Amino acid sequence: MASAPDNSPVKIAPPPAELVREPLVLNNRSLGYISDHISGIVEGKTPVWWWWAFIPSVLLMTVMFCCIGYLISTGVGVWGLNHPVGWAWDITNFVFWIGIGHAGTLISAILFLLRQKWRTSVNRAAEAMTLFAVACAGIFPLIHVGRIWLAWWLFPLPNANSIWPQFKSPLLWDVFAVSTYGTVSLLFWYTGLVPDLATLRDRATTKLRKFAYGFFALGWTGSNRHWSNYEKAYLLLAGLSTPLVLSVHSIVSFDFAVSQVPGWHTTIFPPYFVAGAVFSGFGMVLTLLIPLRTICKLEDIITVKHVDMMCKVILATGSIVGYAYGMEFFIAWYGGNPYELYAFQNRAFGPYWWAYWSMITCNVICPHLFWKRSWRRNMVFVFIVSIFVNIGMWFERFVIIVTSLHRDYLPSNWGYFTPTWVDIMTFVGSFGLFFTLFLLFMRFLPMIAISEVKGVTPQADPHHPLGGAKVGGHH
Amino acid sequence: MSDVFPKWTNKLPGKVLIGALLLGAGVTAGLTYYFTPKYTRVGYQPIQPVAFSHTIHAGQLGLDCRYCHNGVEKSWYSNVPSANTCMNCHNQVLKDDPKLALVRESAQSGKPIPWVQIHKTPDYVYFNHSVHVNRGVSCVHCHGPVNKMDEVRHAKSLSMTFCLDCHRNPAPNLRPPDQVYNLDWVPPQNFAKTQGAKFVHDWKVNASQNCSACHR
Repeated sequence: MASAPDNSPVKIAPPPAELVREPLVLNNRSLGYISDHISGIVEGKTPVWWWWAFIPSVLLMTVMFCCIGYLISTGVGVWGLNHPVGWAWDITNFVFWIGIGHAGTLISAILFLLRQKWRTSVNRAAEAMTLFAVACAGIFPLIHVGRIWLAWWLFPLPNANSIWPQFKSPLLWDVFAVSTYGTVSLLFWYTGLVPDLATLRDRATTKLRKFAYGFFALGWTGSNRHWSNYEKAYLLLAGLSTPLVLSVHSIVSFDFAVSQVPGWHTTIFPPYFVAGAVFSGFGMVLTLLIPLRTICKLEDIITVKHVDMMCKVILATGSIVGYAYGMEFFIAWYGGNPYELYAFQNRAFGPYWWAYWSMITCNVICPHLFWKRSWRRNMVFVFIVSIFVNIGMWFERFVIIVTSLHRDYLPSNWGYFTPTWVDIMTFVGSFGLFFTLFLLFMRFLPMIAISEVKGVTPQADPHHPLGGAKVGGHH
Repeated sequence: MSDVFPKWTNKLPGKVLIGALLLGAGVTAGLTYYFTPKYTRVGYQPIQPVAFSHTIHAGQLGLDCRYCHNGVEKSWYSNVPSANTCMNCHNQVLKDDPKLALVRESAQSGKPIPWVQIHKTPDYVYFNHSVHVNRGVSCVHCHGPVNKMDEVRHAKSLSMTFCLDCHRNPAPNLRPPDQVYNLDWVPPQNFAKTQGAKFVHDWKVNASQNCSACHR
């Protein structure tokens, strides 16, 4: 509990200042405060700002579904796709959204295995973001096939045509990678939610809330056996998710790298895509959490230190991405393949130079602003940079896909892609879907892992002066 | 918690799971049986404008298939004859039979008899009759024992599986060229292993399984 018992028999001298780690929960917030405050976001009256965010999001989402309806009823010709650019915004958006998902898995799985305690304040929201990003990502490959009523052909199901999908195609591997990723992420997220759902169930005042949270809490009582099983399941799922962080975007990159198109056929793609994905994912996590921590008054739980750590991840992965851009050019020259070299020269100085240099500005220059500690700790600054990261990573996929396709080997096969309004509104609308889902999540589910955050509070440590292993304290 | 969920709900998840499994199995089995060409196409026997009997003509009289469907060896298309072909005989035989009134009328006016097509390949499928019949694939493989049908019906599924089964292993379905139009021919024992394989080799039968073989 928050108050220190006066009759404490043990006096521990505070460690020297330079050894003190910044606490993960500030202001000695008590365990009760954490439960109350996080549950309060779900239980309180719907704030006005929420409606102001939710209604436009739903409208945008509706626009997207209308565009998709128009696309399906009319055909893919309503997009700007044509020879020679057969993939453009559809696959750009797919890779953009699937990449964003990677921060969730990295935070939830890899940082868990690496015992990075700071993950607990952000993992729930990041995992939710992953799921919603995967949902947005899944739409684009589905609708780009044209006759989507035959999309089930993507799965190897026995059928009356006695044919199977092409197992040698990375596009099929993609189906498996993304669906596995979505499934494991959902399970991982849900497993982590169970104890918190039980908290909400126990606090619920209405019959409906009791029923709904009780249903999804799966009869959790918080017994030792439950916790023991929970910890095992969580660790196992973390182990399962960890390879997915690397595999999913590697396989997405195979969609390009396995082909023979100059500009795509590059062995550096898998690690470069994974780094880019984590980069973009952390960008999106910051874009979402920086406003939320202020609006929901979570500054003591999602602290400046958390933002600082995430900025460091952005700096690291952004540097890898920048290195990959340079290395692509080096290999294009060093490899001595004139078509490869042309593809890259054309990328930077051809008709799509504006997209290339937007990408360079956002992805190569922006992350290096985070070398400075005080800038990493300036919330407004970090928020603005995170938006640039999002923009840059969308441009990266656009540049890779469209600039590699738009100039084929023969000048008669040259073209220039221009999006139609349907292209644009489908993409913009996908943000509507994303924000709709995220707003529903933060309104109805605990946005922060209540039980886990309690475990990393300073007073949860038995050796802490306010810790529990003394007379009068408990946890 | 007990005030939220009554005790009987403890067994509900298992019941729901079993129910879902049964439902899934039922839907799969139902779709497989009722929604595949083996069910949807086989047995289709529309009423034709003239009750032409293949039993009499091809079976009892022993007319060669090619007497009427004379394009089958040369064309991708196996034609239905014009009424003039019928009149070759029927200007003598049953020449006043009221059942043949439409045939006589068609032969005079040149307006075709509106036969109802039974075997229809979709327009995204290319099928060439001549290449099949000239390489030992008999009519009976795809159309069934037409010489025993009073009125023609859809005998085989003609699904994509049906085509591919043969394209993946053509040898058992090849026969000597002089037996292609003998719908009653029964292969001798071990014919597929010995003779069928030889035909595949000698005739350079390259039954393509590429998508573009049929979906051009």
